[in-house]
Amino acid sequence: MTYFFQQALNVIQLGSIYALIALGYTMVYGILTMINFAHGDLFMVGAFVCFMAAAWLGLPFVPALMLSMFAIALLGVVIERLAYKPLRQAPRVSAIITALGVGLFLENFTLALSPYPKQIPPLMANQVWHFGGVAVSSLQLLIIALSLALMFMLDFIVRRTMLGMAMRAISCDRATAPLMGVPVDRVISITFAIGAGLGGAAGTLYALAYPVIDPYMGVMVGWKAFISAVVGGIGSIRGAMIGGFILGAVEIMTAALLPSTYRDLISFALLLVLLIFRPYGILGKPHTQKV
Amino acid sequence: MSGSLMGSAIAGIAALMLFGCASQGGGDKILVGVIAELTGDIPAVGASCKNAAELAVKEINDSGGINAGGRKYPIKLFIEDTTGKTEQSVSAVHRLIMEDDVVAIVGPNASRYAVPASEVAEGAKVLMITPWCTNPKATIDVKTGQPKKYVFRACFEDMFQGRLVAKFALDNLKKKTAAVLYDVASEYNKGQAEYFKKTYEENGGKIVAFETYTANNNDYSAQLVKIKDANPEVIFLPNYYTEVPLQIQLAKRLGITAPFLGSDTWGSSDLLKLCGDDCEGYFFSTHYAADMATTAAKSFINSYTAKYGNPPDDVAALTYDTFGLLTQALQKAGKIDRQAVRDAMAKITDYQGVTGNMQFKEGSGDPIKSAVIVQIKDGKFSFYAFAHP
Repeated sequence: MTYFFQQALNVIQLGSIYALIALGYTMVYGILTMINFAHGDLFMVGAFVCFMAAAWLGLPFVPALMLSMFAIALLGVVIERLAYKPLRQAPRVSAIITALGVGLFLENFTLALSPYPKQIPPLMANQVWHFGGVAVSSLQLLIIALSLALMFMLDFIVRRTMLGMAMRAISCDRATAPLMGVPVDRVISITFAIGAGLGGAAGTLYALAYPVIDPYMGVMVGWKAFISAVVGGIGSIRGAMIGGFILGAVEIMTAALLPSTYRDLISFALLLVLLIFRPYGILGKPHTQKV
Repeated sequence: MSGSLMGSAIAGIAALMLFGCASQGGGDKILVGVIAELTGDIPAVGASCKNAAELAVKEINDSGGINAGGRKYPIKLFIEDTTGKTEQSVSAVHRLIMEDDVVAIVGPNASRYAVPASEVAEGAKVLMITPWCTNPKATIDVKTGQPKKYVFRACFEDMFQGRLVAKFALDNLKKKTAAVLYDVASEYNKGQAEYFKKTYEENGGKIVAFETYTANNNDYSAQLVKIKDANPEVIFLPNYYTEVPLQIQLAKRLGITAPFLGSDTWGSSDLLKLCGDDCEGYFFSTHYAADMATTAAKSFINSYTAKYGNPPDDVAALTYDTFGLLTQALQKAGKIDRQAVRDAMAKITDYQGVTGNMQFKEGSGDPIKSAVIVQIKDGKFSFYAFAHP
């Protein structure tokens, strides 16, 4: 039983990180129907910003997190302006290829600066409590609590504020929204900023949980988060959160019950099977073509 | 008529390109290729290899060059990068052999690049010496089970090492149950894990958990909880220095208290940087330790430290030895010819290097040499014991 609870805790930790990154994919898709494949690498840069803040500037956790979120949000906006905006009217394939290119650029740029893996200095004292054999660390609790808080904040913004309403309006009908006075460009920039900022936060939290980082770390995690977004229904905020936890659960349970080699096989198979039965994901809505 | 002439001319050129002729000296220089992991997932390995190679060549050239057949030739290096990709390391071998016309190749170091590269070198009949690749498949042809004729290494091989670590865990540490966590997609890690398991079980030990992961999956939590549940007395991590610190730190966070044990992939000074205090007291098997060094080795260690600012790790020491072996082979061969150098290499019976004495026997590319057990003490690698074959 303690074994089960220990693994369940792993599920929540991994799931909340996946969910945070998946939000970035889903927000951009929701507003531009475009998949920002550079998002996994934004997450990686977020972890490196956290490293620089902690190791070079000696910042404690909260300022490091803020700095990383802010820097990545800015980077997200710059990428949108320079790389994606000129292609907004181009075929969608061009935008996706550009996104892949931006991702590779970020990866190799980091690689060119320094190919060496980095260790994140401990940003706070880690305490481990034992509850009847289950080891719970303060880091785990912090990661879970912060991710959940960020997710609820985002959910609130999208559903309860004017900004959120503007986002939903653009997502609904990008052609008509500007006629109603919605500043499309600005809202898209803010969406990228929020999505990327969450990626930066995820990078920081990931770096806390797995304190050795390298320029390739965003590739696999990015793909996994993308699967989470698709499983949950890409374009749906709550779907991305649910998808993240589902994928975390599938991965940990596979590794716990079967030989751990099957882990990726099963998570990618899950995506395929789910897409057969629910092509729009769990909370996704089928698109109707307007004539 | 002219068609067949053309044909034979092309065939002749092709043969020249493939096997070169007797002139792999580039005239008055000895051309040597180096393939190192400069970028990619283990950049510290490539950097050490390149540094040691450049130092060795500088020393040789400063002394006037290698004496082969009564004339001294300086060495010219061609350095290629594996970029962390198998296909890149294979094309690097092609490039060195066909375009740069080298007489011998040093590297690659990691098994996943060295094994495919060795196939190309063997096919082209060019001497390749890998400093650090311990996988048996580098020097053995998998299809025929016969040893390769043109591929040598400067280190011991996996089977020897896996056996050694298993025995050390049982006999010296007196640990009767063990767990293993390894990267199933990497040749080296998989080989080590399997030889360890075999020897450990044959000698009365019990493997209570045998867990795997694949590279780029940094979440080891599920596997570690499984290992914790199996409650082993010792945990063997035959993984690269970039992953080991993370694995140990996560394990400690989950409340695992059993000591860890490693293999030669731990021996990079980057491990100490990435680990902090978390690796204190653990043992691993490797090729050499800086504090057991002989007088010959001391001068290498001093000049390396003076030039690069940090003491040489095992890759650097082995690369330096590889150049020592190559020098001896060239001197013995007496001419700069691929076949003659290979034949002389196979006949080296006594080479005293930084990493100990080596001896080769015709019919095997593996040297006969001993290994070292190192303990991490006060944030440094310190010599613990010798382990003989």
